[in-house]
Amino acid sequence: MTAPTEPGVVIVGAGPAGIRAAETLTAAGLRPTVIDEGARAGGQIYRRPPEGFTRPPTTLYGSQAGKAVALHAAFDGLAAAGRIVHLPRHSVVALADGTLHAVGDSGSRRIGYDRLILATGATDRLAPVPGWQAPGVYSLGAMQIALKAQGVAMGRRIVLAGSGPLLTLLATQLLKAGAEIAAVLDTAGMRGQIAAFADLAVRPSFALQGLAMRARLGRLYHAGIAMEGIEATETGVTAIRWTDAGGRVQRTACDAVGLGWHLKAETQLADLAGCRFDYDETWAQWLPRADRMGRAGNGVYLAGDGLRLLGADGAEVAGRLAAAACLSDLGLQAPDVAADLKRLGRLERFARGIARAFPWPADQVRALPDDAVLCRCEGVTAGAVRETAAYGGAEVNRVKSLGRAGMGRCQGRYCQLAAADLIAASGGLAHAGDVGRLRAQAPVRPTPVRAFLEEE
Amino acid sequence: MSEAAGGRLVRLAETGRVPVRFLLDGVERVALSGDTVLTAILTNAPSLRQAEFGPERRAGFCLMGACQDCWIWQEQGPRLRACSTQLADGMRLLTRTRGDWP
Repeated sequence: MTAPTEPGVVIVGAGPAGIRAAETLTAAGLRPTVIDEGARAGGQIYRRPPEGFTRPPTTLYGSQAGKAVALHAAFDGLAAAGRIVHLPRHSVVALADGTLHAVGDSGSRRIGYDRLILATGATDRLAPVPGWQAPGVYSLGAMQIALKAQGVAMGRRIVLAGSGPLLTLLATQLLKAGAEIAAVLDTAGMRGQIAAFADLAVRPSFALQGLAMRARLGRLYHAGIAMEGIEATETGVTAIRWTDAGGRVQRTACDAVGLGWHLKAETQLADLAGCRFDYDETWAQWLPRADRMGRAGNGVYLAGDGLRLLGADGAEVAGRLAAAACLSDLGLQAPDVAADLKRLGRLERFARGIARAFPWPADQVRALPDDAVLCRCEGVTAGAVRETAAYGGAEVNRVKSLGRAGMGRCQGRYCQLAAADLIAASGGLAHAGDVGRLRAQAPVRPTPVRAFLEEE
Repeated sequence: MSEAAGGRLVRLAETGRVPVRFLLDGVERVALSGDTVLTAILTNAPSLRQAEFGPERRAGFCLMGACQDCWIWQEQGPRLRACSTQLADGMRLLTRTRGDWP
């Protein structure tokens, strides 16, 4: 008698969601393949430095060190015992009809799957600021990765600007590590932050930690500011200009600027996998459609920040839920999910509070001067996008085809939300969601032709 | 810890690692074992490359493999993404396109 073939489950991403999904599947006796871009599992928020670095987890992850260590240990244990197939340093660049293309240093390989769990995480959500193409401007996430994984500050005198939990957290971490912070500029006003407090208080320890960090920043922190522009010479940033809550224009000298407005879900693979999307007003972005468990249909499951922007704790919960849904759809014994579903509800309420407290700066984007660069990849200006939308129509994919916004090497990851605002304004539409959704195209990462010639 | 003049990044921790030598635009430079190519270059220079569509130079942006701002050239041809490539001893890295290419 031959044993039935074990169903092939592939997990993309080895952050908190992917790790908990892998753990849940292996507990049921499956041996999933986990494909991840990182050299070591952990994802971005629990990113590990290379081998040979010596700072302890408490230095790297602060109050979240216990969670980071537990996740790393869980994954390393599964990998060492051969209970998963781990493909580190591989990018999934395309997928269709139950086959995906994973590209690594040694070429491309095709991997078949019966079920697919996408735990692709998020990137920083960026709004353009005039001058942001200058060397020395980074995303807030970039500055945090540099500190965690390399032990470096991205400049000698740093300004952090934008909004969201990472703004305060990163400022605190950089100061603690010995970096010089010149200012922390928050486009969210105090009034909105206070209004959202009822939702934030569902996770009291997180909310209090945030307030304590904010208090320690003291006079470095400015709420309710408006960005004016970043000044630079050929070698890089020299200052940032901003208007304070009282309407006074300020100029802060610096050699590095970190920018970010919370997170943007990384959804390209979900798009290629055929997921439907809905525009989410709270998050001001398109998010893939799935049920409470993360079931998106056709054997595809979504988990973590690539589905709902709940942060690392929410990603762990979502990873377990997606794997449980996958197991039960395969007719296998799935763990009880009642407690996780309850946690999910609480985390969602907190996350929506965060989204309201630190909103996307739509007014700043719509007020961008015509000569401001919108697309960093190809230098497409705000004026060019307005002009293209005026003659081509207020639809993001048309503006991409005709005017190249979203056509560049990042494939619109960092300009598409701002472009949608400009296109909506140009078309007289109130909502960025009314101008359509930028379609993902394979390969979702630039891939050398060599990778396909040297297929393993 | 000597930081070469003109470097953008500041090392705050993990400075006891083994030095690694590499060539940047033909000049020998030193970084540390475990550095990414981006860290290695930007502790020695203010930027990574020339923008193709504007007058400015570029120094990376997202550091997580998403923005593709940090692709640079090597003397022998193949390009690499500096934020996600580990520095290796003897790498021959360029912050400009090879001069002898059309």
